[in-house]
Amino acid sequence: MSGKVLTITSGKGGVGKSTTTANLALGLALAGKKAVAIDLDIGLRNLDMILGLENRIVYDVVNVVEKVCKVKQALIKDKRVDNLFLIAAAQTRDKSAVKSEQVLELANELRKEFDYIILDSPAGIEGGFRNAMLPADEVIIVTTPEISAVRDADRVIGILEAHEKKDMSLIINRINPTLVKKGDMMSKNDVLQVLSIPLIGVVPEDGNIVSYTNIGEPSILHQDSPSGKAYKNITQRVLGKDVPFMEIIERKKGIMETIISFFKEQ
Amino acid sequence: MFLDFFKKSKKNSAQKAKERLQIILAHERVSNKAPFLDDLRKDLIKVVAKYVDIDPKEIDVSLQKDNSIEVLEINIPIK
Ligand SMILES: Nc1ncnc2c1ncn2[C@@H]1O[C@H](COP(=O)(O)OP(=O)(O)OP(=O)(O)O)[C@@H](O)[C@H]1O
Ligand SMILES: [Mg+2]
Repeated sequence: MSGKVLTITSGKGGVGKSTTTANLALGLALAGKKAVAIDLDIGLRNLDMILGLENRIVYDVVNVVEKVCKVKQALIKDKRVDNLFLIAAAQTRDKSAVKSEQVLELANELRKEFDYIILDSPAGIEGGFRNAMLPADEVIIVTTPEISAVRDADRVIGILEAHEKKDMSLIINRINPTLVKKGDMMSKNDVLQVLSIPLIGVVPEDGNIVSYTNIGEPSILHQDSPSGKAYKNITQRVLGKDVPFMEIIERKKGIMETIISFFKEQ
Repeated sequence: MFLDFFKKSKKNSAQKAKERLQIILAHERVSNKAPFLDDLRKDLIKVVAKYVDIDPKEIDVSLQKDNSIEVLEINIPIK
């Protein structure tokens, strides 16, 4: 078996890389693929909590590359879904604790065991980002429809091109249909006209994500949620299926809300 | 009315964002590909200014693609 390495990156911080990594890894495992997510944000461990696996960590990725433990010992098995594993970031070390060659070697070893190895990149364009992007077969760039996120995404795309990483695709996260309609947020098409790489997903702004993160259950485990549906579609596209992009439109107001806003507008 | 004017200018903020990005990124893409262009430009100004009167703002240094051959184009108008 030779698995695929997918790197999730963005340039700008806080745009949804870890949320995407968690959902995509879960989605692939739910689809029957053997998947491992690796948190490469050394010193700022997060993926463990988003996935609800923080209490099971014994060894982390720095322990693995320093050969303090075997790879197997650092693989944390998900409790809900078969086939899903996590390798956590080190929390008490800094960014310089891992080198690109070490991440590359780890990724290559995991290819033998897993269908998908998903690397959660730290923000920025320095060492941590390079560690995450060098082993990638495919890179998914996450952005929001905001000017600084899009500019940083473009910078990252330029660096990836310079490294011959041709298989890139884009997720536009946190689209707010009300703002788009008002003309106060760039639409999916606006962003696509600026960044010319293929789209692999659009994710609406979803207030549920806060509470899903609170309890360690990513959206994709809540298939009725708007973001859960979006991540399911993204998973299907990663698996090579042709799924139409969801329309992100304003939620229809209920009768009460309509009445209230009618009075407000008077 | 003042309120209408306010509404109108707000309406176009997404369009504005897109236009601003397209302009700045066109510039950044070039300078990221050839980061030496800025330094070269500064050096050229120093050297050429020793011999002729020039306006530093008018100096244009760019990389062009001409049938798959890369050409370094330098334009220095003399005052
Ligand atoms: N579609 C969304 N709707 C609402 N909130 C979201 C959405 N996507 C992400 N968030 C929230 O945005 C915040 C940042 O998300 P996340 O941690 O995934 O970003 P990141 O890119 O990994 O950040 P960092 O650069 O710090 O690693 C989190 O609080 C998350 O819950
Ligand atoms: Mg993160």
